[in-house]
Amino acid sequence: MEIIAALVPAGSRVLDLGCGDGELLALLQRSRGCTGYGVEIDDANVLACARRGVNVIQLNLDEGLAMFSDASFDVVLQIDTLQSLRNAETMLRETARVGQTGIVAFPNFAHWPNRLAVLRGRMPVTRRLPYQWYDTPNIRVGTFRDFEDLARRNRLELLDAFGLQDGAEVRWLPNARAGTAVFKFRRGS
Amino acid sequence: MQLKTDRLHNPASFFAAPGFLMLAIPRSMHFEDALPLQSGAAIRGYDLSYETYGRLNAEKSNAVLVCHALNASHHVAGSYAGQEDSTGWWDNMVGPGKPVDTERFFVVGVNNLGSCFGSTGPMQVNPDSGKVYGADFPVVTVEDWVDAQARLLDRLEIDSLAAVMGGSLGGMQALSWALRYPQRVRHAVVVASAPNLTAENIAFNEVARRAIVTDPDFHGGHFYARGVLPKRGLRIARMIGHITYLSDDVMNEKFGRQLREGLTLRYSTQEVEFQIESYLRYQGDKFAEYFDANTYLLITRALDYFDPARACGGDLVRALAPALCKFLLVSFSTDWRFSPRRSRELVKALLENRRDLSYAEIDAPHGHDAFLLDDPRYLGLVRAYFASVAL
Repeated sequence: MEIIAALVPAGSRVLDLGCGDGELLALLQRSRGCTGYGVEIDDANVLACARRGVNVIQLNLDEGLAMFSDASFDVVLQIDTLQSLRNAETMLRETARVGQTGIVAFPNFAHWPNRLAVLRGRMPVTRRLPYQWYDTPNIRVGTFRDFEDLARRNRLELLDAFGLQDGAEVRWLPNARAGTAVFKFRRGS
Repeated sequence: MQLKTDRLHNPASFFAAPGFLMLAIPRSMHFEDALPLQSGAAIRGYDLSYETYGRLNAEKSNAVLVCHALNASHHVAGSYAGQEDSTGWWDNMVGPGKPVDTERFFVVGVNNLGSCFGSTGPMQVNPDSGKVYGADFPVVTVEDWVDAQARLLDRLEIDSLAAVMGGSLGGMQALSWALRYPQRVRHAVVVASAPNLTAENIAFNEVARRAIVTDPDFHGGHFYARGVLPKRGLRIARMIGHITYLSDDVMNEKFGRQLREGLTLRYSTQEVEFQIESYLRYQGDKFAEYFDANTYLLITRALDYFDPARACGGDLVRALAPALCKFLLVSFSTDWRFSPRRSRELVKALLENRRDLSYAEIDAPHGHDAFLLDDPRYLGLVRAYFASVAL
């Protein structure tokens, strides 16, 4: 979380899509003087945000971001949100529309323990992907490299891309060596 | 045990203790000076009924104004001495240990001008003519109410509100406060409300008004002198209103197609056959006993007129630009009279203005009525929000 927070310039106006209990936004407000809103669908998370004093808007992200106008945020975050969205590609485009910069993080399916599990003929169940295949909110399974393709397809300009593993950045072979993929991008010209 | 004994020996803390009955004391304030109204008319020599709960702190920074909707009043919470059934209309929201905690906040409820629960309204005498106002009571708007409330707060020496809150028409007043007195409001809590009424919504109000004014006992609004009340019209007005406050689901769950008596049809077009008919008639009868017909016309008209974007050529973003406070907006999924879509319009316009806000869409089955009911998600959220309000 600290590493992702460090990607957000101080004083940014932030939209955190799928903000959970608002912990990251609270951190950004506290330590980097950011302002902004979280978007959540879950009642308990909305309440948790209110308890933290974090602005939260209850919305189903699968209904899109019509409420937010073009380039109205400095940074739009999608931290561990992309993999549970039905319209993941639309939301990626929406993220780039609403934010000057987008930051996306999601579980990297090509992380070597996952590959090993699939080689053994089983879907991975790990600390990062703790769910059984028949009962998981992660309806999109993709890899670091897949996202690079998707970003290119949507004409996103990648500003930074790295993996995260055990709380540290992975910049060498992130597709195999990192459980989490992180991308920072903006709309390409 | 010790705690209990202490409470018994100290009446003030007895009533302030969580879970205990809170005593409500209605008060009235007289205003001699003319209040200019949106219509260009003015009203002078009027009274406002109000109640307060909790204690204003030394800094006078903990005041919360609660605005009421169509048929409610200044009696927001607590009960009157010796009248156990007289619980206020938002008693689940306001009181000691409640979401709007009167241990922390000083809550003010005001009965609006033109209403029929103690503040000057059509049933009272016009000091200029010496006659009962009746249909001649000036048309009042949400903005007029807010101005009148502001004068009351002036008298109570409250410069700044920690929060202003309301549901439905009350939410419109809370919003209007944020626009008319931005320096005096720190938080606005707008529940099950809208930036204006839709055509369908005005249409429902018009049906209700026609029911009243076409009642032969209405006499152009001057029925008091004739010693009659247009109860038939009021009943129908209430029946149609009541339908729109509920959802199809909740009505089906509560009444379904149940017959009032037995299982066989009576093949009568006039008698009450279905339970829902019986329920609506009961609600209509009850309402017609205590509500004033002219007040119903006035308040539904105030609803119709509310439209802060009108002065900005329909541009809600520009209309909301003066607001400085933080907002909590809440809507309910099955509310079709003040639907979530309308609340989202407010959210969008406030976002464009870069205001601090939170918005919750509560998935509740109860339709518009949900804003008055006990839903732990809703009440929990309001509680959390108010806990974060700095004094």
